[in-house]
Amino acid sequence: MIRVLVLLLVMLANPAWAVLPDEMLTDPALEARARAISRTIRCPVCQGESIDDSAAPISRDLRLIIRERMVAGDTDAEVTEFLVARYGEFVLFRPTATGVNLILWAAGPLMLLTGIGVAFATLRRRGEEAEQDLTEAESIELARILDHRPD
Amino acid sequence: MITELGHFALILALFVAVVQMVLPMWGAHIRNHTLMAVGRPAAILQFLLIAFSFGVLVRAFMQSDFSLVVVVQNSHTLKPLLYKFAGTWGNHEGSLLLWILILALFGASAAVFGGNLPATLRARVLSVQASVGVAFMLFLLLTSSPFARMDVPPLEGGDLNPLLQDPGLAFHPPFLYLGYVGLSMAFSFAVAALIEGRVDAAWGRWVRPWTLAAWLFLTIGIAMGSWWAYYELGWGGFWFWDPVENASFMPWLFATALLHSAIVVEKRESLKAWSILLAIIAFGFSLIGTFIVRSGVLTSVHAFANDPERGMFILMILAVFMGGSLALFAWRAGTLEAKGLFALVSRESALVANNILLAVSALVVFVGTIWPLVAELVFGRKLSVGEPFFNAAFPPFIIALALLLPVGAMLGWKRAQGGRVLRSLIPALVLTVSVAALVYAMQTGRSALGPVGLGLGLWVVLGAVTDLWSRTGRGDLRDRLARLARSTRADLGKAMAHAGFGITVFAISALLAWKTEDIRVVQVGQSFPLGPYEITLQDVREQEGPNYLTTIAELRVTKAGAEVVTLYPEKRFYPVQGMPTTEAAIGLGVFRDLYMVIGDRQENGGWAVRSYIEPFANWLWGGCLLMAFGGILSLTDRRYRVAAAARRPVAVVAAE
Repeated sequence: MIRVLVLLLVMLANPAWAVLPDEMLTDPALEARARAISRTIRCPVCQGESIDDSAAPISRDLRLIIRERMVAGDTDAEVTEFLVARYGEFVLFRPTATGVNLILWAAGPLMLLTGIGVAFATLRRRGEEAEQDLTEAESIELARILDHRPD
Repeated sequence: MITELGHFALILALFVAVVQMVLPMWGAHIRNHTLMAVGRPAAILQFLLIAFSFGVLVRAFMQSDFSLVVVVQNSHTLKPLLYKFAGTWGNHEGSLLLWILILALFGASAAVFGGNLPATLRARVLSVQASVGVAFMLFLLLTSSPFARMDVPPLEGGDLNPLLQDPGLAFHPPFLYLGYVGLSMAFSFAVAALIEGRVDAAWGRWVRPWTLAAWLFLTIGIAMGSWWAYYELGWGGFWFWDPVENASFMPWLFATALLHSAIVVEKRESLKAWSILLAIIAFGFSLIGTFIVRSGVLTSVHAFANDPERGMFILMILAVFMGGSLALFAWRAGTLEAKGLFALVSRESALVANNILLAVSALVVFVGTIWPLVAELVFGRKLSVGEPFFNAAFPPFIIALALLLPVGAMLGWKRAQGGRVLRSLIPALVLTVSVAALVYAMQTGRSALGPVGLGLGLWVVLGAVTDLWSRTGRGDLRDRLARLARSTRADLGKAMAHAGFGITVFAISALLAWKTEDIRVVQVGQSFPLGPYEITLQDVREQEGPNYLTTIAELRVTKAGAEVVTLYPEKRFYPVQGMPTTEAAIGLGVFRDLYMVIGDRQENGGWAVRSYIEPFANWLWGGCLLMAFGGILSLTDRRYRVAAAARRPVAVVAAE
């Protein structure tokens, strides 16, 4: 009796699975496009999972919406826009390169250029310091050493 | 009673740490040897007290002492013994106590093995190390004591999160912490050197083994975590750019940079200020990592201990230590004069390039990780940054690093002849390009990622081999082989770690580019093709484990009629936590893993089955282990062992 109850619990507690066979499209090209999109869409209720990995019911709904829109003839960009219009840009794992997000996207290249610039400037300055003319005392000392070199 | 003793020992350790923080620092300031000498016994005593306290907590978990709140919340009598033990650090309080234990372990090691350090430097290092300990012990005792008792002990506990009941994860935190916390040593040396106002070659030589040790533990820890994600989460992925993963990856990148810049300090007395800054930042990112994990400020799949109040405390610790040390740096860095000058084409420059690429790549990860927080707090935009961003923004730096590595590793110090190095690398280059081109031609119609990754990996590995071979000088083959066998461990370690990096780069690209996936409904007895394999679902049955119920599928894999392997993926259910987990079954292979996951029973009586061919999966973790092993070799190099042997007399001199 207890085992039956527990098994029932298993059934109830078991969430739907990520990408189920029944939701997949028969056209492999279309399905591949749908998978590629669903990998970049964040499950709105989970902790940092894409709808492709997530087992939450809403992720399944989103996966089905993506496929519906594709069958209806939407391009990838249109599908994504549709999802953003409904759920906000929170669902995009790849933030758009617009507005303040430009800072995010430009951060890497800018930091690299800054790093290279600073390194070059420092090396150049150090090199120049090293090649500076000798002070008067040093010149006299050098001449003294050179004059007294052993033959 | 013993539990109270453990609690008491921890409080006592806090007071010992306060003494260790104050007296040696003051002693170093007024040149009082008695006060400075307090540091050593204090560090050892502090470690013993914390070790006792930790032992008490382990005992409570092993005995399922349900009078303790943490044990009730995180353990269960039916749990296997291994996970009762590992459960000690599978929760916030216990993992923090482990953090502090390891911190004290590093402090005690510095006290024991630091005999050859100048007395003032050692006193200051131990003092700074103790100050970190004081902060974290206060945090533990004030906000999250593991020794809190229950008023009415229950008969049974709440069990450990089933996802964490896994050997890979059981020992992942200790390694990660050995790495995170190990960087505190580099930090303490950096701050001590700033107070001292002196950084020289000897400083580089002292700081490097500690950084190397921390780095190799961090490498193993991250690899274990990635391996766990691969087989336990059941998605066939190995890295998700999750905030918690990033939290461990950023210190690793900075530690790798520090490892390389410390070489320049040691060999050429250059890049001093930069190395000090790196040491501070590397530990800073360890603290940030602890903050991210412990506060749950960035929601993530790993956040099993969310608590904003605790987050504030760690944020304060972070602010005090980073603010303090960076201010000290700004004030004192000017006193560190660089000695060794170098030309644009030189090993030093190559290591500078390495440092720029690693530091910038770490900062890219950092910006991507905190961007959702910044965007929401400052700009009011609720957005996400995930895998697609990191996969686009991060790899360019690693590609540049891999391209430069073989050349940079062979350049001479100070002023190098770039042409000669390039000429010696021609065979490696030709071989790399031809193999990559061949593979590109063979895999018609797929992305260029696979061949490019293979080319990069091969280039780095062959570069490491060329570097090692070129060190054997001239002469006939036998002489050179003999010299190769006598290579110093530092050289062997370097070649091995670099080769490990190349293999890891290759394996990651191969996994991303050449993976085969199949999702379908299968009836018992039915077969389906997966790449060159034929897979048959033989049977599905229900079973009971020690503390779970399970559905096991039997999948027979054949290739051209020949038996390959039979796999048993499971779907488990842990009744105590009401949580299902998937246990993927993996057929390990040298060139590919077969990865099977069983899902739910479908309406038509069939079972959902997901199967993957994961090419070169084991090479990924193999590459990481090779990196870590290179670190171990380098750590046991003669110059450190000789220094260890010479310790006694130096200690006597220093004490006079």
